[in-house]
Amino acid sequence: MDIQTKKEKNATVVTITGRLDAVTASEYEKKLNELIAGAEASFVVDFDQLEYISSAGLRVLLATAKRLKSKGGQMRFANVKGAVKEVFDISGFGSIFQMDDSVDAALTNLPA
Amino acid sequence: MKWDKLHCAATLEHLALATEFIEECADRFDLAAKKKFGAQVAVEEAFVNICSYAYPEGSGEIELACGADGDAFVLEIADKGTPFDVLSLPEPDTTLDIMDREIGGLGVHFIRKLSDRVSYRRENGQNILRMVFQRTPVDLP
Repeated sequence: MDIQTKKEKNATVVTITGRLDAVTASEYEKKLNELIAGAEASFVVDFDQLEYISSAGLRVLLATAKRLKSKGGQMRFANVKGAVKEVFDISGFGSIFQMDDSVDAALTNLPA
Repeated sequence: MKWDKLHCAATLEHLALATEFIEECADRFDLAAKKKFGAQVAVEEAFVNICSYAYPEGSGEIELACGADGDAFVLEIADKGTPFDVLSLPEPDTTLDIMDREIGGLGVHFIRKLSDRVSYRRENGQNILRMVFQRTPVDLP
C-alpha cells in the first residue's frame, strides 16, 4: 500500500493505493493520526486506486473517523467503487461515511 | 476432490502468501473477479482470526486448501489450535451510527456474507472452516 497526501485549500486529500488489509492497516492509522495531531481538521480520502479492503481496513477507517470527529473535524470519502464498495455495503459502513463521486465533489462539500 | 495446499506459520507476515495462493487457485478455477475478491477477503478474515486466537500458548500452523467440486470453488482453512467455531460469534449491528459502532466484530460477518456456503467442523484435532464459492452462472442468450 502507498499513501500520498496533498494539501488543498480547505482540506488534505489522502490518496491510498493498493491493499488496505490486516498488514497495511496500521500504516494508514499511523499516517492519519499524525495528520490529525498536526491539527488538520478536514480530509478527503481518495479510494480511486484502492484495489482491496478487508475488515481490518474498515476498522482503521472507522477508528480514524471517530478520532477526527471527537476533535471536531470532518472526513469525506471519494471514489469508493467496485468490489471495495461492495465490502463497504456489506459492512453497513457505506451509510455511515460521507461519500462523493469525485475528489472535487468531496472538497466542495467540505467547509470552505 | 483434488486439493492444492499451502502450509505456513500462523503469523500476519504470511497473509500475503495466503491471499496470493487463493488468487492463483481461483484463477485456475476461473472464478469471476467479484467472487475471487470475496474469497480473498473471507480467507483474510479467517487467517487473521487464527493468528490472533488459535495459538495462545505460542506459535502454530495454518493449512489452506483449495479444490474444485463441479461448479463450486471450495476453500478450507485449518489450524491445530484451541477448539473454536468462528461461526458461533454473534452478528454485528451494522445499522448503528458511526459514534456508536463497536470497532471490530466484522470478520465473521464478511466470511458469512461473501461466501455462498460456510461450515465449521472439528476433525483430528483441527478446526476446519470450509467456504464455498459458486461459479457465477452464465446466462445463455
